[in-house]
Amino acid sequence: MKVIIMGCSRVGARLAELLYRDGHQVTILDVKAESFRRLQQDFGGTALLGSGMDEAVLRRAGIETADAFITATQGDNRNIMAAQVARHIFNVPRVVCRIYDPLRRDLYSELGLETISSTTIVAQMIKEELTG
Amino acid sequence: MYIIIVGGGRLGHNLAKSLISQSYEVLVIEKDPGLVERINAELGSVALVGDGCEGKMLESAGARRADIFISLTGEDEDNLVACQIAKHHFNIPRTIARLLDERNEPLFKKLGIDVTINSTNIILEYIKHELPSPPVMHLLKGLEKDFEVVDITVPSSAQTVGSRVAELALPEGVILALIIRRDRTPLVPGTETLIEAEDQVIAVTRPDDEPSLRAALTGK
Repeated sequence: MKVIIMGCSRVGARLAELLYRDGHQVTILDVKAESFRRLQQDFGGTALLGSGMDEAVLRRAGIETADAFITATQGDNRNIMAAQVARHIFNVPRVVCRIYDPLRRDLYSELGLETISSTTIVAQMIKEELTG
Repeated sequence: MYIIIVGGGRLGHNLAKSLISQSYEVLVIEKDPGLVERINAELGSVALVGDGCEGKMLESAGARRADIFISLTGEDEDNLVACQIAKHHFNIPRTIARLLDERNEPLFKKLGIDVTINSTNIILEYIKHELPSPPVMHLLKGLEKDFEVVDITVPSSAQTVGSRVAELALPEGVILALIIRRDRTPLVPGTETLIEAEDQVIAVTRPDDEPSLRAALTGK
C-alpha cells in the first residue's frame, strides 16, 4: 500500500515507522525539517519537506497514485483542510483525519471523512482503566 | 439580520463598524483579547474573545439564529473550517470566507462555501484600473456564479463616443446599470443616452460575455 502521512508529529512519525516495517511504501510530510528528527535511523520511507495543504507538494509526494492519506499535525483545521483536498480533489481511496475537537470530529465524519479523535479515545481508555 | 464575523483584525473591525452603521446586528469573534478590547471600546459590546471554530463558542454566540457568517482570519484552513461548521452544524444560510491563497478557491467552492473573497485579487484589480488603457475592473466577481458587475471606462478615442446606447452591439442579457460622466455626474442610461468620452460604465454581465461587452463599449 502507498501511504502519505501529513505531519511528522510523534503520532505521525510512529505511524510511518510501523507502516514501513510492515512493508508499505510510506511518504511523510512536514513543514519543518527538524520534525524529521523524530524518525528512527532505520526508517526507509521518504521524508518530504512541504505543506500537505499544498497541491503541488501533494503531487510531488505521489498523491495521485496513493492508496491512503493520513493527517497527523497538531492543528485540527490544517488536518481537516488537507484531508478534504485529498478526498475531494485527488479522490484518494482512504483518507484518515486526526481531529482533537470532538465536535469537529462528529461533524466531519458526518461529512464523509474517516476521523479519529485522540482526545475522545484516550479519555475513554483512561476511564475504562480506572473503572474497569 | 444577524451577522457573525470571525476575525477582529483591521478587516473584521472595519466591516463590523460599517455593518453596525447600517443597523445590522453584528457579533465579532476574535482570539486576541487586545483586539476585542479595541473593537468594544469603539463600537460597544459587539466582540467576544474566542475561537470561531469552537462549537461551544458559536453556540453561545447564538449561531443558530445567524443569517450570514463571515470568516476573515489570516489562515485559509481556519476560514474554511469555520464556514463549514457554520453551514453544516448551525445551518447558517450564507457563508463568506476570505481566501489568501487563490489556488484554494476550487476546493472552497466544491465544499459549498457560498462566497470567497481574495483581497489580493481585488487590490490587483484596482491597481490595474489605475493603469493606462483601462481594462475591465471586476467589482463583484465571485459573489454570484452566473454574473459579475464590471466597471469599464470608454476611452476618448473610442468609436462608440457619440453613439446612442441602442446602437451599441451589446451581448444579449447585459445590463448597463450606471454611467458616471467625466464630471462625476451619475445617470441611469436609457436606450437614447449618448455615450461620451471617458464615461465610466457600470454593467452587469455573464463572465463569458465580458470581452464582447468591452468591445461593444470601447470599440476595441
